[in-house]
Amino acid sequence: MSEALLTVKNLSVDFHTAGGTVHAVKNVNWSIAPGETLAILGESGSGKSVSANAVMNLLDRPPAEIVSGEILFEGRDLLKISDEDHRALNGKKIAMIFQDPLGHLNPVYTVGWQIMEMMTAHGRPASAARARALELITRVGIPEPEKAMGKYPHQFSGGQRQRLMIAMALMLKPDILIADEPTTALDVTIQAEVLSLLKELQRETGMALVLITHDLGVVAEIADRVVVMNSGEIVEAGTARDVYHNPRHAYTQKLIAAAPGKGDIKLLDDAAPLLLEAKKLNKTYGEFAALKDVSLTLARGQSLAVVGESGSGKSTLARTLLRLETADSGEAFWKGRDLISMNARDLLGCRREIQMVFQDPTQSLNPRMSVYQLIAEGWDIHKLMPNRSERRARVLELLEQVGLSPEHADRYAHQFSGGQRQRIAIARALALEPELIICDEAVSALDVSIQAQVIALLDSLRQRLGISFLFIAHDLGVVRDFADTVIVMKSGEIVERGPTRQIFETPEHPYTQRLLAANLDPDPDVQAQRRIILSNG
Amino acid sequence: MTKMIGQRAIASLLSLLGLMVLVFFLSRLTGDPAVLFLPIDATEQMKQEFRALHGLDLPLIEQFGRYLLDLLQLDFGESLRKARPAIDVVLEAYAWTLPLALITMSLVVVFAIILGSLAAFNVGGFFDRLISVVSLVGASAPDFWIAIVAIVVFAIGLGWVPTSGVGTPLHWVLPVAVLFIRPFGLVVQIVRGSMLSALSAPYVKTARAKGVKNLPLIFVHTLRNGMLPVITVIGDQAAAMLNGAVIVETIFGFPGIGKLMIDSILQRDFNVVLAAIMVTAIAIFIMNILIDLAYGLLDPRIRH
Repeated sequence: MSEALLTVKNLSVDFHTAGGTVHAVKNVNWSIAPGETLAILGESGSGKSVSANAVMNLLDRPPAEIVSGEILFEGRDLLKISDEDHRALNGKKIAMIFQDPLGHLNPVYTVGWQIMEMMTAHGRPASAARARALELITRVGIPEPEKAMGKYPHQFSGGQRQRLMIAMALMLKPDILIADEPTTALDVTIQAEVLSLLKELQRETGMALVLITHDLGVVAEIADRVVVMNSGEIVEAGTARDVYHNPRHAYTQKLIAAAPGKGDIKLLDDAAPLLLEAKKLNKTYGEFAALKDVSLTLARGQSLAVVGESGSGKSTLARTLLRLETADSGEAFWKGRDLISMNARDLLGCRREIQMVFQDPTQSLNPRMSVYQLIAEGWDIHKLMPNRSERRARVLELLEQVGLSPEHADRYAHQFSGGQRQRIAIARALALEPELIICDEAVSALDVSIQAQVIALLDSLRQRLGISFLFIAHDLGVVRDFADTVIVMKSGEIVERGPTRQIFETPEHPYTQRLLAANLDPDPDVQAQRRIILSNG
Repeated sequence: MTKMIGQRAIASLLSLLGLMVLVFFLSRLTGDPAVLFLPIDATEQMKQEFRALHGLDLPLIEQFGRYLLDLLQLDFGESLRKARPAIDVVLEAYAWTLPLALITMSLVVVFAIILGSLAAFNVGGFFDRLISVVSLVGASAPDFWIAIVAIVVFAIGLGWVPTSGVGTPLHWVLPVAVLFIRPFGLVVQIVRGSMLSALSAPYVKTARAKGVKNLPLIFVHTLRNGMLPVITVIGDQAAAMLNGAVIVETIFGFPGIGKLMIDSILQRDFNVVLAAIMVTAIAIFIMNILIDLAYGLLDPRIRH
């Protein structure tokens, strides 16, 4: 390995919060050489972003306190230099991009101005900044660069915004680019494009790339070396291949085992009776067609996955089937009864039989209701379980069923982790003894290890209780593990459907093939193989 | 844009009409102007003639119909007290209130934004605490009390400024200063709160990662975003001031719209009351349009 460009040595950072002191990172060591890509891998709360933020002087102190350590760059300890010196380095020598480019771009200024500011803030003339900005906006593949300069962040797509952030970061040709979850909010095909853009730009400029991620697939695709973080400590470090194939630490092993998309594919039970049927559903919002002639069938105990990128119409489909949206045309039958023309009273009955679990349990659970109230609320609405003591017993039973304990019943949602909250949402759905649960990206916001647990829970519910699932997801690995039938949607249309094995092993539609190719495998060797295939043809 | 203004104008015209009906009939419930205008020993016949002269003897509905007909020709009627067109009396008073409101609100906006932003950037520090105390006192102190204390201290005690009236620029100092305090206290707190949340926005982190210095960080990156909630409050405060600062104008003998309105109500000078209310409503309508335009100017997401 060539000489290190940036070295983080024995860094420990504490956060002083109202609830006490949290040791965010403990004795963290890593370094990066010119032209190298280092991934810092960890789940939420692992402290993976803290050291990078310390490098950029972005930690708010207080609450953060740097307890010990040094960060060496060009012979100086970055923890000891003044704010003024940090400002001179930031953007010029070390630049950073972030997870959510919409939030991280200022909504009230044009992107051209914001990109140029990278140079003007460092004392370069506006004319030079303008020329360089145009060059980079063109380079990162934004159409009509001149026009794009005058537009605002909300006028671009998510992928374009991240490209613009990258253009901004590269304005002063930094030696190091720190990318904090740069593709997490993006669709898989866009993610693949952004990652390959980052790699190309790295090759052109020779910059070092520090990539902070929770995604083994991203590590496999782009990283030379990886450090794995858990609870503020680095538990393992090495080349990406080594760590994947020979994980030594128990946490790394668990993380790799939890990566979705590696288990057996389920087979479809053809004999099960039909539960839900939709025929030629259409829904438009103004000019925009969200659903075009969508038809599907779902049998009892079956799990049907709806796969597609953002804007493909998957959530509209779920909302239309629940009658939260009114279809413009088409038919839908629930156990043979017409869902579309059903009156309000019958619909209420169906609503009990069809339950929904949403993506973000933090927002879908009322923060002012205890877990008991959240789970029991459905019984009030549907006038079930009038007996109080029976209710209590049933709530405790449900909590146990989803892997929580009875003492959780009187707590509030904010006292739980993301995974636990989603379990509460599932218990809430189960309380009404539904026959179908619609999961709208129900595991997308969860860490991989938690995701695997929730998927296992849903699968056991399906086997024990015979519940059907309509499973809306963009993560193909999760779909492969859970679904027995898959529908692929694009721009409101179903482009391909079939048993999971057929979709994953012999996809026919070019879009399905593209989706599968863009889906990152956690195995670096598999990713390397794919890159060779891609570059050859 | 023109469509937006047009729709707003029609909606405002309807509420203006409603307001006019309400004020027209309610003001007539306050009693007979003849009692107030004529000497205490005036005979019933003199009162009758006074009423007939001003059309006050007609049935209420007919009075209202005539008023509306005149209004269509932009005739707001005569002021009983001044024997001049009511609208002239009102516009004259407005010529005093408008600059008073404009000067005061400009000072409020400038000081509240600068001091509130700096307090937010320096949250928990000495300056922040100082601003919090000052603004709290300012927002909660009653203005009639401040006005009287100010007259006692600065006009009578120190003799720096005149006690009341108009004429020289010095006459403006106390009314502006007293009117300034309460909106300043309120707006500076809103600015501080709004800037505090804007400063923790992700785009501020991006600006820091770019190496942007503190002053542009506050006043370029954050302020424009932080201003959006502030504008609404500024609009509210400005509207209150366009209504005339009744108490302050009365205490300082300032011949503005607030003083005129309260005088006309007490004198049952109905035409002036109605004209004043309508002119004020139009002024507030124009200001609301300006606030909407300011929103669009600050935030491109509203413009598009």
